Amino acid sequence: MEKILNPEALDQKIAECTEKLNDKLAGKGGKRAILVCGGTGCLANDSQPIFDKIAEELKARNLEDKVSVTRVGCFGMCSQGPFVKILPEDTLYCKVKPSDVERIMTEGIEGGKIIEDLLYVDPVSGEKIVHQSDIPFYKKQQKVALHGVSTIDPLVIDEALGCDGFKALRKVLTSMKPQEVIDEVLKSGLRGRGGGGFPTGRKWQFAANVNAPQKYIVCNGDEGDPGAFMDESMLEGNPYAVVEGMEIAGYAFGATEGYFYVRAEYPVAVARLKNAIAEMRKAGLIGKNILGTGWNFDVHLREGAGAFVCGEETALLNSIEGKRGMPRPRPPYPAIKGLWGCPTCVNNVETLAQIGYIIRVGGENFAKVGTEGSKGTKVFALGGKVNNVGLVEVPMGTTLRTLIYDIGGGIPGGKKFKAIQTGGPSGGCLTEKDLDTPIDYDTLVARGSMMGSGGAIVMDEDNCMVDVAKFYMDFICDESCGKCSPCRIGTKRIYELLTEIVEGRGTIETLEELKDLAKITKNNSLCALGQTAANPISSTMANFYDEYLAHIQDKKCPAHVCKSLSRYYIDPEKCKKCSACARACPVNCIKGVPGKEPYVIDQSKCIKCGTCMGTCKFGSIIHE
Amino acid sequence: MKIRLEVIKDVREICQQHKDEPSPLIVILEEVQKKYGYVPVELQEVISEETGVPAAEIYGVVTFYSFFSLTPKGKYVIHVCLGTACYVKNAQNVLDKICTILGIKPGETTEDGLFTIEAVRCMGACALAPAVSINGRVFPRVQATEVDKILNEYRSKEGK
Ligand SMILES: Cc1cc2nc3c(=O)[nH]c(=O)nc-3n(C[C@H](O)[C@H](O)[C@H](O)COP(=O)(O)O)c2cc1C
Ligand code: SF4
Ligand code: SF4
Ligand code: SF4
Ligand code: FES
Ligand code: FES
Repeated sequence: MEKILNPEALDQKIAECTEKLNDKLAGKGGKRAILVCGGTGCLANDSQPIFDKIAEELKARNLEDKVSVTRVGCFGMCSQGPFVKILPEDTLYCKVKPSDVERIMTEGIEGGKIIEDLLYVDPVSGEKIVHQSDIPFYKKQQKVALHGVSTIDPLVIDEALGCDGFKALRKVLTSMKPQEVIDEVLKSGLRGRGGGGFPTGRKWQFAANVNAPQKYIVCNGDEGDPGAFMDESMLEGNPYAVVEGMEIAGYAFGATEGYFYVRAEYPVAVARLKNAIAEMRKAGLIGKNILGTGWNFDVHLREGAGAFVCGEETALLNSIEGKRGMPRPRPPYPAIKGLWGCPTCVNNVETLAQIGYIIRVGGENFAKVGTEGSKGTKVFALGGKVNNVGLVEVPMGTTLRTLIYDIGGGIPGGKKFKAIQTGGPSGGCLTEKDLDTPIDYDTLVARGSMMGSGGAIVMDEDNCMVDVAKFYMDFICDESCGKCSPCRIGTKRIYELLTEIVEGRGTIETLEELKDLAKITKNNSLCALGQTAANPISSTMANFYDEYLAHIQDKKCPAHVCKSLSRYYIDPEKCKKCSACARACPVNCIKGVPGKEPYVIDQSKCIKCGTCMGTCKFGSIIHE
Repeated sequence: MKIRLEVIKDVREICQQHKDEPSPLIVILEEVQKKYGYVPVELQEVISEETGVPAAEIYGVVTFYSFFSLTPKGKYVIHVCLGTACYVKNAQNVLDKICTILGIKPGETTEDGLFTIEAVRCMGACALAPAVSINGRVFPRVQATEVDKILNEYRSKEGK
């Protein structure tokens, strides 16, 4: 792309690109557009071969002039992917396989028919739904941070320009003073989406108030909460919006350089962000004298190296500086003394993705959505035991019930909802009684959990809450940087106590000791990793004390998850003596005589892997 | 361990390419790790000579981040996701099963140098839980009972 030299040239480019994109999506001139999901979830499910095959077929059928195909970002409902969407009809095909492409082309595109078996089936009503806009999953959502994701080709800057890209940047550079930008963000009430929920405008104000020759803006794309992938999908689907947000931040508080810190486990996001930065540089939207306004801004990208604690902002700064990612004591806060000692604001990906919108519509309009203390929309990664696993963006104040049932489609297999963990390893679980609470930063804290970055893992009756608590503790032990002993030793000891409980060696005293340790770790750790480490313990204990007691007093795991407290055995009455289980057992601990004697599991050798149970066609194996 | 001269030369070159960037140590280490699969002490010393960062500090960095490895990995690196979304869908059983079949623990490499198993925390494919990836190719919704089939595909590729 040629360099865009001034604001007027940008306006012209935006007008052209907007018309082009709108025409494509609206099917102007009888044309059709096929969008294929190219998010990480769908790519893992063969969406690339699907895309390639469609492109090939269009060529072979001489349809290239009439039908276009675009690879876009995540559609949100990843568990139903890969998606192929046909426009302008808005027909959405789910769980498409490369072998379905032929039919989509012949029957769908050329034949004008709807392919019934590829349609989304509503898990509640069992009905097939043709149009994406009619699917309940999408109805209650409102896309701000996810604007453009699943619409534009993330590798093509023209599509971003056609989808509101860089309008906000133009506006601030040509008509707003830096302080006016900060005021607008203050007015919007935007709070950081990375976990802390600190008001973004106030953070920028701190940095703006410092007089320094060099300041930095850092985008935190470390997304450490395992099971959360909101930031990933924004970087994959519309990286331009995040870079634009970063530039506006830089302009507002006086930074002329920005660093992205993205976890290395997201290769697709890294590649698309790299491409976006390169394209913007070519277009003159990054670099010297942007849009001829005399304003300079440069962007760098660093990949994380696999340490959860590096999501903590001061550890992240150490990591960018090439050091071990250990948190620094605060104060001084990064806004005063950050990267290489310069004033620095660290902002989350989703926070920056909201900025363009705030500037375009104004802070007041942004603040119309949401609750008293939490404005705007929030993206959640809904995962675990829920039908529509995926990404959802809802107004702050939406209830968990809406999230899990209306949008998530409820719990699969008719199982019973047990809990939802928000806030990742630093958060807590909410239960049945919290389903109608409007969720925002403050209500979640009041209920013993927290917003965190937006991970929301649903658990059903088959999950053991003690085991879940132990899982989080294992994670924290692995990830504690070791700098301070309450966290390093405290979390290790909590993990050991939980292990005693799940192995049936726990007593009432163990529970008391757990409570004490939780308090000590919370009050004496240096950074929030240690300070929040015991949250999952406290919250599962508060909500599921009887499950802890069952492990201790009855030596039973009610959900049959904890291996030491459960066993597999074969009901001799039901066993058909077919030997299938014995052949499948990895440790050869099932003995019997085919056709003659029922099979028996040697309990002393069984490793409780469950393979036999999955193998037996007659339901003769029991797990208790 | 003896490191080939070409490798040392190449690593010096990588260091040179980044010499004008501020604090490029981790960038260099990531490039070496990606290219050679590990960053042995011998190469850390080379990087130390080129960048002026003390070797002890480099060792500290390499051992801090899970992305870096001091020993070579197998030809196929198996990542079993133990992120929350995968864990609540029985990823532990999948990991246990792979370990039982290959006879190694997470972090180890099989004797024939074919497979390394690593437990990872989320690869962003949470909707496909439990997820396993082998050299970057993601296998969705893996059940413990399917593990054999997946491993055999790779074994037969190698004629084993
Ligand atoms: C252990 C730990 C992990 C964190 N991980 C992340 C993360 O992955 N992404 C993120 O944006 N913020 C993370 N944070 C919060 C950051 O420290 C910081 O508050 C945030 O990036 C600020 O951006 P925001 O104001 O836009 O939310 C983490 C904090 C802690 C204590
Ligand atoms: S609380 Fe834990 S992670 Fe934070 S500095 Fe201390 S040891 Fe490191
Ligand atoms: S649970 Fe696993 S180890 Fe135990 S008998 Fe069944 S197959 Fe064998
Ligand atoms: S597979 Fe079932 S029926 Fe067959 S021997 Fe085992 S327990 Fe009996
Ligand atoms: S990755 Fe395709 S829907 Fe999320
Ligand atoms: S938790 Fe396994 S891929 Fe995210």
